[in-house]
Amino acid sequence: MSQMNDELVRPGVSGGLADVVRARFLLKLLVRKELKVRYRGSVLGLLWSYVKPGVQFVVFYVALGVFLGLEQSPTNKSGLPNYAIYLFSGIVLINFFTEALGNASRSIVGNGGLIKKIYLPRQLFPIASVWVSAVHFFPQLVILLAACLFTGWHPSLLQLAAAVIGFIIVALLAAGLGLLFGAANVYFRDSENFVDMLLMIATWASPVMYAWTMVQNKLGEVWFTIYQLNPITVAVETFHYAFWLPTTDGNTSIPPHLLSLWVPVALIISAGILLWGQLTFRRLEGRFAQEL
Amino acid sequence: MTTAIEVKGINKQFVLRHSRSIKEAFVWLIKGRKGDLSEKFHALKGVDLDVKQGETVALLGFNGSGKSTLLKHISGVMIPDTGTVRTRGRVAGLIEVGAGFHHDLSGRDNVYLNGAILGMTEDQINERFQSIVDFAEIGDFIDTEVKFYSSGMYLRLAFSVAVHTDPEVFLVDEILAVGDEPFQKKCIAKIQELAGQGKTLVVVSHDLDLVSRICGRGVLLDHGEIIFDGPIHDAVAKMRGQ
Repeated sequence: MSQMNDELVRPGVSGGLADVVRARFLLKLLVRKELKVRYRGSVLGLLWSYVKPGVQFVVFYVALGVFLGLEQSPTNKSGLPNYAIYLFSGIVLINFFTEALGNASRSIVGNGGLIKKIYLPRQLFPIASVWVSAVHFFPQLVILLAACLFTGWHPSLLQLAAAVIGFIIVALLAAGLGLLFGAANVYFRDSENFVDMLLMIATWASPVMYAWTMVQNKLGEVWFTIYQLNPITVAVETFHYAFWLPTTDGNTSIPPHLLSLWVPVALIISAGILLWGQLTFRRLEGRFAQEL
Repeated sequence: MTTAIEVKGINKQFVLRHSRSIKEAFVWLIKGRKGDLSEKFHALKGVDLDVKQGETVALLGFNGSGKSTLLKHISGVMIPDTGTVRTRGRVAGLIEVGAGFHHDLSGRDNVYLNGAILGMTEDQINERFQSIVDFAEIGDFIDTEVKFYSSGMYLRLAFSVAVHTDPEVFLVDEILAVGDEPFQKKCIAKIQELAGQGKTLVVVSHDLDLVSRICGRGVLLDHGEIIFDGPIHDAVAKMRGQ
């Protein structure tokens, strides 16, 4: 324990995300606190993490799969086979992103009381939000895996690796945007409303409900390329590639160059946004205590 | 004697009124950007302060004189506009006890959470846990959620965590005015014990009798400037004479 510091140092100067690594014990406690406090006084408790996405799934499945005809059936040959799996693998990822970014952008203002009084690495709060969402993502993943196994899932190692990378892409993006909007929210409370709007768009700007081929057919190659530049789109496609494709007969195609081109591009974009968010956060955090 | 806290010519301005509505900003633009959109308030004006290791310093002054702001600069919560603040060793604040407490967590969870917030490691908390509980006189209530604590218990636990962080520099902001008398005495005794161990202490309080017992040096602030810096009794006399 290097408590004794023989140098005069300037207090309150943050070391960025490196501080979060150094304060990982505190991060662990903050995550545990969030998890304990979230469902306090509720009868179902953590079961809500299963119930909410379950209901959401049923609603979307009936409305889109059955009514709007996205599910393949003997009378509807043009639909997607195993649409339920297709839909759910996208929804779990979008839910993770929505919860992570939504909570991260509110985390700084929400913990204002503490930030105003005690110095601690403030990056901890958005990062803890993302972490908590990852914990909530886990039960949903278990349901997804159960459904996959039920429908004859036989993934390859490459497909599983693709899913892990897809998750990392979304986590980096959520952390980056969370730092950015969390810091901006201190100065302009418009920020959290803007994030809500962004999250609404995010659900539809990726092939969660529909197939990517529809986008390509309607918009053409140029717009489709722009569509693919969205890291969430690529991440959702990796989840389809990992969880949905191995349950079908494999005749449906994944977007061209998904693994060779788009996954690296999405990783770079997400990492870039994390860097940007981190730099902005550090520039703005000096005045958090007086603005909150 | 080595320097524990070095404050060099720090200035801090606060923006009092932020114009955050688009309408106001628009009108301001149309009118040819006349005047400043926001008012500024000079909270600290060129403050210099050197505190040696082991010194016990009281920051005195009336409300709004900049005492707490200065303390926040030393703890790193705020960063000066100009000038520098440097500290040696770990700085911990008894700034509003219980700031990091969560009502829905048990006393035990809160000790860990608050200890970590104040910069303790997991091993340090494990090692001092019993001592923290004993000092707070919480006993069996440690596994009860703190929302069921009486305000006295809550305060004792929070204070106990803070004094067990064992920093080199201790910042105390107006917290001694709370709690019942026996516990207040215990707190003061603890603080005097810390001072006796050679810890550096910076106290903000309006209780002049109390600070003259704990501190050796008094710094008098007025409207963001240091107007007196010397032995505590002279500082208190000057404060009372004002």
